[in-house]
Amino acid sequence: MTWDVALILGIDGLANGAVYLLAGLGLVLIFSVTRVVFVPFGDVVAFSALSLAAFEAGRAPATIGLVLTLAALAVLAEAWSLWRRGEARRIPRALVGWGLLPALPCLAAWAIAGRAVPGALQVVIAIALVVPIAPLVARIALQPIADASVLVLLIVSLALHFLLSGLGLLFFGPEGSRTGPLASGSLTLPGGFPVSAQVLLMMASAIVLSALFFLLFERTVAGKALRATAVNRIGARLVGIRPTRTALLAYALASLLAGLIGVLVAPVTTMYYDSGFLIGLKAFVAAIIGGLVSYPLTAIGALAVGGVESFASFWSGALKDVIVFSLLIPVLMLRSFLAAHAEEEVEEIDP
Amino acid sequence: MTPRRRQLATIGGAIALLAIAPALLSNFGVSLLNDIGIGALVALGLMLLTGVGGATSFGQAAFVGIAAYASAWLTTTQGVSPWLGLLFALALTGLAALAIGLLTLRLGGHFLPLSTIAWGLSIALLFGNMDSLGRHTGLSNIPALRIAGFSLAEPRAIYYLVWGLVGLCCLFSHNLLNSRAGRAIRALRGGSTLLASVGADAFRVRLTLFVTAALFAGLAGWLYAHMNRFVSPSPFDVRASIEYLLMAVAGGLGQLSGALVGSALVLVMKNVLQDLLPFLSQRGGQLEGVAFAVLFIVLLHQARGGLMGFVASRMRGRFAAVVRDAGEFASVEPLARRELPARGAPVLSVQGALKRFGGLVAVDDVSFDVRAGEIVGLIGPNGAGKSTMFNLVTGTLAMTAGRVDFLGRDITGLAQRRIAQLGMARTFQHVKLRPQMSLLDNVALGAHARATAGLMAAGLRLDRREEAQIMAEAHRQLERIGLAQRAHELAGSLPLGTQRVLEIARALAADPVLLVLDEPAAGLRRNEKRSLGELLRKLRDEGVTILIVEHDMDFVMKLVDRLVVMTFGSKLVEGPPAAVRADARVQAAYLGSSVDGAAPARVDVQVEAARVEAIVERRVS
Repeated sequence: MTWDVALILGIDGLANGAVYLLAGLGLVLIFSVTRVVFVPFGDVVAFSALSLAAFEAGRAPATIGLVLTLAALAVLAEAWSLWRRGEARRIPRALVGWGLLPALPCLAAWAIAGRAVPGALQVVIAIALVVPIAPLVARIALQPIADASVLVLLIVSLALHFLLSGLGLLFFGPEGSRTGPLASGSLTLPGGFPVSAQVLLMMASAIVLSALFFLLFERTVAGKALRATAVNRIGARLVGIRPTRTALLAYALASLLAGLIGVLVAPVTTMYYDSGFLIGLKAFVAAIIGGLVSYPLTAIGALAVGGVESFASFWSGALKDVIVFSLLIPVLMLRSFLAAHAEEEVEEIDP
Repeated sequence: MTPRRRQLATIGGAIALLAIAPALLSNFGVSLLNDIGIGALVALGLMLLTGVGGATSFGQAAFVGIAAYASAWLTTTQGVSPWLGLLFALALTGLAALAIGLLTLRLGGHFLPLSTIAWGLSIALLFGNMDSLGRHTGLSNIPALRIAGFSLAEPRAIYYLVWGLVGLCCLFSHNLLNSRAGRAIRALRGGSTLLASVGADAFRVRLTLFVTAALFAGLAGWLYAHMNRFVSPSPFDVRASIEYLLMAVAGGLGQLSGALVGSALVLVMKNVLQDLLPFLSQRGGQLEGVAFAVLFIVLLHQARGGLMGFVASRMRGRFAAVVRDAGEFASVEPLARRELPARGAPVLSVQGALKRFGGLVAVDDVSFDVRAGEIVGLIGPNGAGKSTMFNLVTGTLAMTAGRVDFLGRDITGLAQRRIAQLGMARTFQHVKLRPQMSLLDNVALGAHARATAGLMAAGLRLDRREEAQIMAEAHRQLERIGLAQRAHELAGSLPLGTQRVLEIARALAADPVLLVLDEPAAGLRRNEKRSLGELLRKLRDEGVTILIVEHDMDFVMKLVDRLVVMTFGSKLVEGPPAAVRADARVQAAYLGSSVDGAAPARVDVQVEAARVEAIVERRVS
């Protein structure tokens, strides 16, 4: 391998790493607040990419139907639980919050579909369109069992992934699509290596968003509520933080991140309805490097995963995933070795 | 009908139904039942590993794959008999599980399940990338099984082999769970400190369990290869692993029957959906995954414990556990007992114990002795370092400096498990009982180090004599603390005070030389305390030596022969209770006034404690 190749692979790795970083942040956010390993994250990524592709092709994205279906289910679930608790008078409010609010981006998407609008607007609406998805599925399937064991939550989350990718196939069909580049041109590095503007955009987004995340957690009340819930759920409750509300915020933020990732990767890879899964899984490796709690370590892990993947694909394209996933075991051993974890009891299985 | 009879009748009925099923079903139905049997084998392993042992595996299909590919490769390329293939497949699966287990089973918390995703993915990807295994096309023309010249190529022919093996594995698992090895497995969720306190090695228990579950999967893989006579990578990937886990969870992780029911539920559901959906929509094939996921989520919402968990909660009482008669234990030869040292001989000697946590010195140069046949109390105000001292003596924490001798042997730096095996039994400040195990089983766990039968012996029922001895011993200890009539209740149903006493019975089942108790009187009512005191005095008379860490002054003062008082990490005074009570330094440490100042306000610690307790007692009752 020459230095040129190494440099190209390195830059490629950084671009991959940027994507895994953003996805890893989303996964850590949800896990720390709700104890759910949110497997369907990757599906949301795919949906935003496919929505943007539909806009570019002049069609209304199938995501509209998907979001409206989920919203209808969420309204039913919310109304049912309110009615059972004898709080039927709050149903209209639930109708607005769970039904009308998610319908707004759908309306916008329907309005601009097939019209000549600026690309930036298409991107924004494609992202806005997927933001309700994670909160809606969480409301339907995860909130009713929020107190279950991590294992049960994980299994429901896996089932949700199968559900969403099944719906993806149903709504989008098996064809893949790729969107036009968000940024054109390239920057030439001092050594004469061109770096495409798309790659730069991916890295810049990762840096800017990480910084925004940091500010959100350090400087805002909502961010502090998220952190408090992550550290100690019961303690957070005692000081008046509502876990369902912080969970909702975490899901919405993660969904937003997934939407961004979708539009960032859509121009560089052909996205299918199930392409998100592998992105999610590799981000997951990064999140585990961060112990599913630490954001800075997750960022380092994401860059490492991106780098390893890029170099591994040079040596053996077929085995690159084997190498990336096998990387997990030494990482886990190191983490377990370093963490002088106190005696922990495994939770009891549910009755 | 007694619950026991009813249970046997249900099992008998199920076996009879399975036996005549091939005569009633079409070829398709028999094939489906074969698939269910193979799935049930894998799910059974998961039931033990995840449901009982608490370690979730997302890689079980990889073990199925290793065995299937091993036997397929050996029989197609080397032309040997599939029965040799079985040996090869099981050996390879066992070795792979051993290697993976050695690497990953020390991982704590959710790191372990996550690591299983890693190797589960990697192994499945390897199958598709190895030339000798036919890459993505796989291996075909695998020979069918033959028994005495009779071919098992037809689904009806292999049916009895599949379900015979399922039956044997169920029986093995059932025997295993009701044995010494099984109790250790069931105690895994209680944490490694609990297991170490009874002299068991949690890592080893988990490793044997992991290999056993993998071997069940390996058996399933071998059957799969010779039943379908074709293997390719996709049935062994993580998706398949998840499906096996779905089976176990859907069936109910708490019960062995959940494996069979879960496997049937998942496979029948998939088949019904495949048949039904094309009628409902033209895109039926695409709807299948969606419908499957929806049904699954609904199931877990309605019955988190799976289908059998749901059934069990409805049937509670109708299928009760096996209840042994007390008379059954009378004829059993008791377990060998330890030689107790002569009264007054040194049992425990702590010299210059020092423990530092970073900059904090929790225990600072503490020395004391405990002699055979006495009760020594370790007391001190909150934060004095009593619990840390306790952990240093029992080997739960490593000492920074100093030395501990037990029965004339240097035990400094020895693992907690080894110290327990030498005859030091302990209880826990925060009770560590297994709430889902009976009182009898909880106490029997204490006798772990006094027996030897392993997992294999247990599964094959070769351990019955020793098992009867353990049970008799556990029953004897329950009688000693007056809980023998409640032997078959679940430990979780006891009030906290009684749970503490039960922990003492568990410690006694180990036949200890030294009993180390961590705040045994906390949370006990006054009369419970009185009977605990009586029990401990009786034990002392029998020659058991006791070291007790306690907060309750009244209780300790009446009980002990000698007291060691600690404050701010160092030893303040040592001596008989009366002298300690009169000591001005002790009063100062407890009441916060200065030693060299005027005489502290005359508050008798004992009187004060009794007064407070009486008030509390009145409030509670």
